[in-house]
Amino acid sequence: MKQIWTIAKRELSEFYNSLIAYILLIAFLGFTGFFTWLSGNGDIFFRKQADLQVFFSIANLTLFFFIPSITMKLLAEEKKVGTLELLLTKPVSDLQLVIGKYLAGLLMIVTALLLTIPYYVTVSTLGNFDHGASIAGYFGLILMSSAYIGIGLFASSISKNQIAAFIVALLIGVCFHFLFDIVSHSNSGLIAEIFDTLSLSNHFDSISRGVIDTKDLIYFLSVTFFALILAQFMVSKRN
Amino acid sequence: MNIVIDNLSKSYGNQKAVDGISFEVKTGEILGFLGPNGAGKTTTMKMITQYINADAGTIKIDNTPIANGNFRDNVGYLPEHNPLYQEMPVIDYLHFCAELQNVPKAEIPGQIKKMVRLCGLDREKHKKISELSKGYKQRVGLAQAMIHEPEILILDEPTTGLDPNQIVEIRELIKNIGKEKTVILSTHILPEVEATCDRILIINKGKIVADGTATTLRDQAQGNQIVKARIESESSENTKEALMNLPQILGVNIHDPHTHRFEIQSTSTVDACRSIFRLCQEKNWPILEMIPVETKLEDIFRDLTLN
Repeated sequence: MKQIWTIAKRELSEFYNSLIAYILLIAFLGFTGFFTWLSGNGDIFFRKQADLQVFFSIANLTLFFFIPSITMKLLAEEKKVGTLELLLTKPVSDLQLVIGKYLAGLLMIVTALLLTIPYYVTVSTLGNFDHGASIAGYFGLILMSSAYIGIGLFASSISKNQIAAFIVALLIGVCFHFLFDIVSHSNSGLIAEIFDTLSLSNHFDSISRGVIDTKDLIYFLSVTFFALILAQFMVSKRN
Repeated sequence: MNIVIDNLSKSYGNQKAVDGISFEVKTGEILGFLGPNGAGKTTTMKMITQYINADAGTIKIDNTPIANGNFRDNVGYLPEHNPLYQEMPVIDYLHFCAELQNVPKAEIPGQIKKMVRLCGLDREKHKKISELSKGYKQRVGLAQAMIHEPEILILDEPTTGLDPNQIVEIRELIKNIGKEKTVILSTHILPEVEATCDRILIINKGKIVADGTATTLRDQAQGNQIVKARIESESSENTKEALMNLPQILGVNIHDPHTHRFEIQSTSTVDACRSIFRLCQEKNWPILEMIPVETKLEDIFRDLTLN
């Protein structure tokens, strides 16, 4: 546990010492803020409802791009610079390394989401506000981020090239976010059901409506788990 | 801690990088790992440090196979090309490494201070690693490898990129550490091995081709021994003839007839020098110079690794 935290801590301090961190945070807050409050057609004032639905759907889409851009370097860079060798010859296992990186990624996203708390506070004073649904929405965003961070880490583990890692993460993301849903709609029977279960956006939608189902929980956790196991496998493939 | 390596092999695809090598390193010994590029030095070191697994063979530390024991706390490693986190300040980086190496929290600042002093990083300690010169980066790499005072130190080309003064310092440092610990270092700078190592291991194409001290390697080396001499006489041709008649002498080349320089090949340098001296005494030829030429490690190395 100590090793995992040491790795995560180093990663976080490097992230918050880099310009990219602030560009990404500003972009995230800028996008979500604009579409939640200012865009006119479709924003909170237009809908005349005191909820965070707009924010959740736009944050969902922003994080979809935001996450691969922070996960792309996590393992690819270590491989390229050779620091992977440095870490793994110290008392650090492959799995501890992957989990440390995952934890760092998750904490970066959680920080970004914490910065949107003012939205929550403001909207909750505007009218009849459903706290449960909104907290569930945040929870859903974190679960979804966790799955995408796992996928991003796996993408980062297959190559030394960060751009390749970014594109692979985005491609896998597109499958989970859009394609599986489309396939399930254009088919029927078992295939439709399988792809419906696999589609990440379906699970996210149901949580962001305020319903936390164990089925959705298991889905997000198992996507994360499998992605991390695959990433660990790719790291150990140096043999 | 003793390291015993038995029949270690590793292939990359069809290529055998390390092919059944066996050797031993004892506590208090500095082993120099020599070999041309691509001989398998780095691969062997990566296996000892458990970065990669061996295809076959065993590595034992104090009679325990490395896979079964927890030796990473006791191994310090400086990888080839010295990878570092360029964006981190030196102190933070050393702190990070100490934490990963399970140095007790209370001892970390003391250890960092000690390493900074030992490796001469005092003026650079607050700089980012990317701002350091190559030599200082190398020192950071060494400091990182020794921060937890490991029993075993494995250094892949520790002196590349250092200036001559630094090289001397680092060699002294390694020598001092090597008195109590087990050190394996690889290099292709031959004088370095002679200056620092107790034992030399030459590997070529994944196999060990020589194992011993610099002296034993010289003795094993084939070829005649050479004496360079400058003997004053009326005619260099006459001198050559007289020298050729001596029993131990195998051949004489006139190097330069005007300065009377000769290159004399013999079976044994010491005996040759004696008889040359007696001959010159007899003929009343002044000996201006007589230098036995040691077989250079370079020549031994070339002999063993070029075929």
